[in-house]
Amino acid sequence: MKVIYEKPKSISDKTFHYCPGCGHGIAHRLVGEVMDELGIEDKTVAVVPVGCAVMAYDYFECDVMEAAHGRAPAVATGVKRCLPDKVVFSYQGDGDLAAIGTAETIHAAARGEGITVIFINNTIYGMTGGQMAPTTLPGQVTQTSPFGRDPYTQGWPLKMCEMLSTMTGPAYIERCATDTPAHIRAAKKAVKKAFTYQIERGAYSFVELLCACPTNWGMTPGEARDRVGSEMIPYYPLGIFRDICDIKEGK
Amino acid sequence: MKKLMKGNEALAAAAIYSGVKCFFGYPITPQTEIAAYMAKHLPKAGGVFLQAESEISAINMVYGAAGAGFRAMTSSSSPGISLKQEGISYIAGADLPCVIVNVMRAGPGLGGIQASQSDYFQAVKGGGHGDYRLLVFAPASVQEMADMTVTAFNLSDKWRIPAMILSDGVTGQMMELVDMDDLPEICRYDKPWAANGKGGRKKHNIINTLYLEPEELEAVDMEREKKYERAKAELQDWEEYMTDDAEIIVTAYGISARIARAAVNAARSEGIRAGLIRPKMLWPFPEDAYKRDVKAYLCVEMSRGQMVEDVRLAAGGARVEFYGRCGGMLVDETEILNRIKEIHDEGNI
Repeated sequence: MKVIYEKPKSISDKTFHYCPGCGHGIAHRLVGEVMDELGIEDKTVAVVPVGCAVMAYDYFECDVMEAAHGRAPAVATGVKRCLPDKVVFSYQGDGDLAAIGTAETIHAAARGEGITVIFINNTIYGMTGGQMAPTTLPGQVTQTSPFGRDPYTQGWPLKMCEMLSTMTGPAYIERCATDTPAHIRAAKKAVKKAFTYQIERGAYSFVELLCACPTNWGMTPGEARDRVGSEMIPYYPLGIFRDICDIKEGK
Repeated sequence: MKKLMKGNEALAAAAIYSGVKCFFGYPITPQTEIAAYMAKHLPKAGGVFLQAESEISAINMVYGAAGAGFRAMTSSSSPGISLKQEGISYIAGADLPCVIVNVMRAGPGLGGIQASQSDYFQAVKGGGHGDYRLLVFAPASVQEMADMTVTAFNLSDKWRIPAMILSDGVTGQMMELVDMDDLPEICRYDKPWAANGKGGRKKHNIINTLYLEPEELEAVDMEREKKYERAKAELQDWEEYMTDDAEIIVTAYGISARIARAAVNAARSEGIRAGLIRPKMLWPFPEDAYKRDVKAYLCVEMSRGQMVEDVRLAAGGARVEFYGRCGGMLVDETEILNRIKEIHDEGNI
């Protein structure tokens, strides 16, 4: 019998603890597939976050460091500066990357640190049970915005790709989604490109993945998937925000 | 050959001698010379100097570099060390070796920029969350700034316990003769646990501090505690001066001990049998030094009394008095001498 679809070798056999319909499963798989295709599992160090992906060290087969909340880009910097020939990526959620770790995120990008950042944006703190995130949409109900996020008292959502693309340091910044097969294929391409930029150019790359969180959105997996397209993508437009190759070619 | 160096610079030079791969720093008085020295000299030695965006980032960069198996360090002064406590707790929880330098200034809050010893509790009792310890060194001279840095790297690697050099603004800023050709030997240890890319390894290495099962976390903590108990038995380190026949023993560390020594000499010249115990390591605390027959101890600190608590515990009921200055004020030789005389007269010694 011919195998036409299988688990990436860079992903372990451990059962994921993620909820049905959660975007982390897709995102992990994309990173795993890219590690397999580039043959880099043996030379990669992953830095994983605090949040729902806190146990990702059990899921990635490469060497892994578990960082404190928001500090993954600093930890990744420490690793990469010692091991410039290895592949280093951080995998972070929105609270981790865009709230408590905003400084680390911005300055790793400013330095053009030779790392890849995989950013999971699901507009909510998942692990702690669904509180308002820096990316929570205006009007979105969460535990800590029970009447809907009021931007005038609770702030406006951070658009990280847009913010980081104003900087000179990053080489490649793209936002993708995980709601449809076409979007997932595009996301895979982006993740691979991000790792390739690191490997070939020693450059900083950043891929944001819009993901569903059915449990904390109070939706079925299907409804949550649909919300990514109907509410998130209009606010967080997909696309490439910065690509030094295009800039060099004058595109 | 001996040369004149600032304490902070001697420490930095000794770290480079020790083979430090990375220094991650952030400017704060009175330790900034360490970062400046590293910026100039570490890249030439094949290492990495990086000025981080914050103290928090700097200590987390140390976590990454140490987790990858390299000798890494950061330095700061009191308010900055408070910021690093999160990272220090994680580093201790992951059993990573590294060296953290605190050139103490007065607190709390912004406090002042003059020398102090008021971070003793933070350094030896665990300034971050959780059950953990640091190997804490207390240099009292520029030479010790250098020597203890080498020893700190060696012992931290050997024990997989993060080390702290607990210095102060005077010892960091003052210049003394130092012999950089006669530093302790460098000891290297294998780090098969490092997360540095699997290479040929079958199993991946994980640097982690998360244990969601309480039974598992308790077992990890208990195992670490056994290591701490071994360290207490093996690593206590102190210096004694004129203690053989001493009835009053002054005890102090770092720059306070230098001043206290002069007061002991003055007391001796007045016929009082005074001596000095100077802890060279503050954790493990040299409790064995205080198991002796003595009329009284006088603990001298540039704080409102922190080490004195450990002296009282170690002294087992012996009389323990305290004299301290704070806010960036130095302890005073005459005031120490007067306290020695008061104790001497009250005790009919």
